[in-house]
Amino acid sequence: MLQISGWQIRAPSNLTRFVLLALLSMGLMLLDARGHHLQKIRAGLTVLFAPIQIVAAIPVRVGGAVIDFVRGDANLRAEAERLRSEQPILLARLQRYEAIEAENAHLRQLLGTSALVAERAVVAELLEVASEPFRRTMVIARGAKDGLYLGQPVIDAYGIRGQISEVGVLQSTAILITDPGHAIPVQVNRNGLRAIAFGTGAPDSVSIRYLTASADIKPDDLLVSSGIGGGFPFGYPVAKVTKIVNDPNESFLDIVATPVAQLSHNKEVLLIWPAKSVMPAESIKPADIKKPADAKKPLEPKKPAVVKKPVEAVKPPEASPPAVVPAPLPVEPAKPVEPAKPAEGVTP
Amino acid sequence: MNLSHNTRSRLIIAASLLVALVLSILPWPVWTEQFRPDWVALVLIYWCIALPNRVGVGTAWTVGLMLDVLYGSMLGENALAKSLIAFLAVRFHLQLRMFPRWQQGMVVLLLVVVNNLLVLWIKHLAGQAPSTWSYLTPSIVSMLLWPWLFVILRDIRRHGNVR
Repeated sequence: MLQISGWQIRAPSNLTRFVLLALLSMGLMLLDARGHHLQKIRAGLTVLFAPIQIVAAIPVRVGGAVIDFVRGDANLRAEAERLRSEQPILLARLQRYEAIEAENAHLRQLLGTSALVAERAVVAELLEVASEPFRRTMVIARGAKDGLYLGQPVIDAYGIRGQISEVGVLQSTAILITDPGHAIPVQVNRNGLRAIAFGTGAPDSVSIRYLTASADIKPDDLLVSSGIGGGFPFGYPVAKVTKIVNDPNESFLDIVATPVAQLSHNKEVLLIWPAKSVMPAESIKPADIKKPADAKKPLEPKKPAVVKKPVEAVKPPEASPPAVVPAPLPVEPAKPVEPAKPAEGVTP
Repeated sequence: MNLSHNTRSRLIIAASLLVALVLSILPWPVWTEQFRPDWVALVLIYWCIALPNRVGVGTAWTVGLMLDVLYGSMLGENALAKSLIAFLAVRFHLQLRMFPRWQQGMVVLLLVVVNNLLVLWIKHLAGQAPSTWSYLTPSIVSMLLWPWLFVILRDIRRHGNVR
């Protein structure tokens, strides 16, 4: 039929073309947003258009090289000197930290909760802070080759920057905590009050929603990641509360916080692999669960049904990487303990 | 001879669009982000007005899809927005050619605003709505940039004999 109409009218009218293409793009959007059916196509296209990204990254690289050249030897030597003198101090602090960590693990064992095992971290170079209007993302020079995964936390020296939203072979995209599609479970460092920090799209603020006027939160309170939801490890600084507006007409406080990570600086970032044992059931990989499930099968039919649940729970975070599934507020901090217990019982 | 001229025209148009794509993902300090003009829309609008037979909805859709891939946004989002403004530009290209430059600028402002509103609307539907007004500044910067870009692209078109 298309051929016939193609014969009759040599070129379809502008309006026809627009309508057809509009329908096509709507179809694409539906496939992309609802089902994530286009991951492979997108990956292929990304590779195809990589030259454009490489060309766009040239000015930054050249600029960096020029700055290094201009700054010259003396400056570099001074910087090396400073770093060398800093290193022993940091190492000394690290020693103490390791002792404390060991002690902490021991205490947690005594309490019966899972221990915080050391985390792995990798430095990644920031290729670009992406420029799409309304979004806050960045591209980093690490990919699946380095073992990155969807939803992996990205931090810098000051706090949490965001999480990986797209893993390529050599480079990946991370969305920042200020992206409007991002939310991160946090708690007030002072008193453990749990909340969720939503990105707004503004470069330097996140908003804390769903806290009532009775909530104990003040300006200058530090918000740290609460570890609920499993995506981010516990205890990393996220933002500092800057403004609290209590409008009696609204049911919740209007709280604005400034991220403590240096989101707007083109520096290197750290990718961390949070310790498995502190992660709640949602983030346990299907591969980890399979083994106990098989082991349990011959014993009784009831258990696999219980074990299956986390497998299903794995899907949502993988299916919608950019949006952190906000942990429901009333979740008790004891929750991470529950999934850890069957895991401990099963492995031996 | 004719064919080579044809391919050369295509190459020049494609090159200008590629430059626009590079410019729209070129890293800048974050505070300048809200002033970044919509390069792709500007170049597309120019070619749609100048050569509506050559550059139209199809080209705009392809370039929009490339932009989607480069931005990492939903596939089809920018493709739809860009093909809409290309459609409008081609539809009114005869009127637009007659307009004085500043009036063209006003139309460009309108088109970029339409583009941004459409993208914003799609993002709302997808649940990633930003709560900022920052989509207005790029449109205004695009409008201010239009006369200069128009002159540059016109010179390229004349010099390269793009038809």
